[in-house]
Amino acid sequence: MDKGPVHDIEFTLNGETRSDRIAARQLLVHFLRDDLGLRGPKIGCDTGHCGACTVRYDGGTIKSCMMLAVQADGAEITTVESMSSDGDMNDLQESFRQHHGLQCGYCTSGMLMSSQFLLERKPKPTEQEIRAGIQGNLCRCTGYVNIVKAIKAASGQEVSR
Amino acid sequence: MTAPAQTEIKTPTWTGQSLPRKEDERLLKAQGAFVDDEGIYRMGYAHFVRSPYAHAEIVSVDVSKAEALGGVIATLTGDEVKAMTEPLFQFAPKPEGQIEEYLLGVDRVRYQGEAVVVLLAETREIARDAADLVEVEYKPLPVVIDGVDAADSDSPLLHEGLGNNIAWEGLFDWGDIDWAMENADHVVKIDSLHFHRYSSTPIECNAMLINWDPGTDIIRVVSNNQFPLFGALVIAPSMGVGVDQFDFRSQDIGGGFGIKINSYTQIGVLSLLSRKAGRPVKWTEYRTEHHLSGGHGNERTFRNIEIPVMADGTILGFKMDVFDNAGAYLHYEPLGAVIWSQVAPGAYRFKNIQVDYKETVTNKCPAVPNRGYSRMQHLWAIERMVDTVAHELDFDPVELRKLNYVQPEDYPYTTPNGCVYDSGNLPAALDAVLDLIDHDAVRKAQKAAEGTGKRIGLGIGTTLDSGTNNFGQARILNPELPFSGNGEACTAKLDLYGEIMLTLGTIPQGQGHETSASQVAADILGVSPEEVRVWTGFDKGHSAYIGFSGTYASQFAVTGINAIIGACEKLAAEITEVAAFALGASEEEIELAEGMARVRGDAEREIPYIGIANMVYANNAVLPYELATKVSLTCRHVYVVPFDLPDTEKKYGNLTLTYSTQTHAAVVEIDDETGKVKLLDYAVVDDCGTRLNPMLVEGQVHGATAHGIGAALRETFEYDEDGQLLNNNFLFYHPPTAVDVPHIKTGSIESPSPFSGTGAKGMGEGGGAPLHAICAAIQDALDPEMPIVNDSHNPPERVFGLLGYDGGADGRGVTVESRG
Repeated sequence: MDKGPVHDIEFTLNGETRSDRIAARQLLVHFLRDDLGLRGPKIGCDTGHCGACTVRYDGGTIKSCMMLAVQADGAEITTVESMSSDGDMNDLQESFRQHHGLQCGYCTSGMLMSSQFLLERKPKPTEQEIRAGIQGNLCRCTGYVNIVKAIKAASGQEVSR
Repeated sequence: MTAPAQTEIKTPTWTGQSLPRKEDERLLKAQGAFVDDEGIYRMGYAHFVRSPYAHAEIVSVDVSKAEALGGVIATLTGDEVKAMTEPLFQFAPKPEGQIEEYLLGVDRVRYQGEAVVVLLAETREIARDAADLVEVEYKPLPVVIDGVDAADSDSPLLHEGLGNNIAWEGLFDWGDIDWAMENADHVVKIDSLHFHRYSSTPIECNAMLINWDPGTDIIRVVSNNQFPLFGALVIAPSMGVGVDQFDFRSQDIGGGFGIKINSYTQIGVLSLLSRKAGRPVKWTEYRTEHHLSGGHGNERTFRNIEIPVMADGTILGFKMDVFDNAGAYLHYEPLGAVIWSQVAPGAYRFKNIQVDYKETVTNKCPAVPNRGYSRMQHLWAIERMVDTVAHELDFDPVELRKLNYVQPEDYPYTTPNGCVYDSGNLPAALDAVLDLIDHDAVRKAQKAAEGTGKRIGLGIGTTLDSGTNNFGQARILNPELPFSGNGEACTAKLDLYGEIMLTLGTIPQGQGHETSASQVAADILGVSPEEVRVWTGFDKGHSAYIGFSGTYASQFAVTGINAIIGACEKLAAEITEVAAFALGASEEEIELAEGMARVRGDAEREIPYIGIANMVYANNAVLPYELATKVSLTCRHVYVVPFDLPDTEKKYGNLTLTYSTQTHAAVVEIDDETGKVKLLDYAVVDDCGTRLNPMLVEGQVHGATAHGIGAALRETFEYDEDGQLLNNNFLFYHPPTAVDVPHIKTGSIESPSPFSGTGAKGMGEGGGAPLHAICAAIQDALDPEMPIVNDSHNPPERVFGLLGYDGGADGRGVTVESRG
């Protein structure tokens, strides 16, 4: 089957360098999910608004539905799959669990990516900073209350349980 | 109705605790399995060709160019579907005719986004390319989008078979409204109220992976449909297949909120596509498709509202004309035309109610259940009535509510239409929520803000979350419908090495059923929740189920939990019986604790569950033959809700088992220059009876609150006059982000239900209370001579219009007729 024009790219995914031949028209999120089998980046919209496909990209975050996969040539990408070492959840993931920061879990991977990036920039964020930090990620289950609480607790600040 | 015996959970160690969820780890580690995460060998990707017109004749369909494209596997057109299927089952056909709907548009399309062709290709991209090559010629027809206009005899007709656009109509008349009107000291008359269209728009759109296996004729459906057995009821007869041919499976579902009941038409048509192609079919709905055709919440217009009120503020009831806009086809509808009557008088002791109800079809996307389905629209209208009465007759909205609420001593309270409100304490809940927002301080701030250009308003929303509905209510629409009662199933099993496993009929979408089920089971079986495996997701071949199985309509805490309790008690009895034999004791002497069956008070005589399981599964010659043939350690229980049939003539009967209450308070600030509404504070007090896991309950409260806040201020599906949807993705449709909702303060009281066994009540939907509270708060912020807030959606432009009211001809939307 003809995939149309293809390009060879090299990039780093979750710490491992890899080379792939990619159809020019394929979105990064489809490449990560359909070709590489990652379940972390999710698809929730066609327009870059929901944030479910958020991944770490060269130290920042991007919405992987807003990029063609070929544009990732040379990039360093990490997904939520990189968060658990030896199968154990990291502190941020554990905090989401302790504070009921997820319900259906569909936005969760993207939310974790944005939260991780936020905490790198602001180790002790205020509630308003947390809310601004996850503004690009829609959640329809939690009303954000417990997500905010989980992120705050993960930063070592006091929260009520 | 008789109450079931109180179920005593033996050692309530786990039930009632805020345990973190069993579901979370896999979801946090991206090890969940949502439909789009799955695939099957040789699957193709489906794509729908959808109508760009809201109403048009289909003149011709030509798929030849699409079929010629490399990588295209198969196409399926409406004409082919018509040739191989029957029209979809209609719940309440009119005597003179009915809607004819097929799984794809045939001859005519009736809303923008209606599917006319579906095709299958080797990749998503080719499928999309091929869709562009399908040539459909349309002849546009006149459009009607307003649910009230649609009822006019000269409006464009959607379905020839119906004769007009009224899909169902009925008069609901309880008490004596004429007496009330004659004897009231005041009659408050509201011209019109409009509840807008929106959807809770789950972040995961519809998705399915379907394989019609040619060898066995089994249709394997992995989907995120939240009520597939309902879907099977509708599509199986249309497709000429047995329900037994469908193997429904789901694991993780990315939010549902009722909207995901609607995907049964796609399950049907994609099954046909799979059969035709001889290949598995994967379909992941695009966001734009979801907004165009995935289903919207009900839009409802209330006209000619009249509210008789006594001088002391006692409200005697109300009368009104209702037009519910069902969209182009009836999906699940017209059930909504009766479901509102579960809460006919709202939270109040209104005795005289008359509602002339019409459900119309229009050239909009079909309306489907959305969190708070049908009751929320009605409760919003009632709360608008109460606040308007307070506003026009100068009562304090707090005191007026307390005067008219069903009082704590009234429970169980029978409403004028025979529904039984089980328990509650509304005055206490109102006091508690006003404390949370510091009512007195808000009133001071409101005064201080006068004249500053920033007005402050405080609003209350009282709502009911009716759960565990009586499907017999469907007979009020159509006495011929063979539906009534409700229930749920569970199987509890002790496996070969002593493991405990539950399978449920429920289909959760984030509600945490694995967790709460394991808490309840652990208490009955004497283990910890970690030792209970709750089978993840639904699997028709594996799970216990009945026709009502699914997750919808706020009922898990009653139907699901009682099924689990029943199954676990049966399993505990079998374990006890085997243990009694093994330990040479009587059954009364056996207790189950720490994964053991043991003789009470005798530490030496115990047997672990693995020993029990061994005897039954693999060593049964050691058992007396009678016992070996009696026990299976696989115990299915069906919980049956004790309902009676309603009186369909009087539209009277108990339609719901439990009523949770939620009382919301919103504090808003309105900018005079822009009309923008900002939430300054928000609080909720919920009462869902006994809480099985308070943390999960609070999570549901948060979620339902955010949905209502989004709907009140940000989310709307608007159509232009040609029937084009203006909000077909998240660029134009605005669910609230983390900066758009405030911190939601919560409190709770517990009024255990006398009817549910455990005291728990269903509570997930939340009854749309933020819409009530925010509209009331906006009203409270406006000057008395400004119009009433008559729409549930209040973006800046609408509020700005209210602020700028110049005493124009349309009036304020309300008049008061006072006697004596």
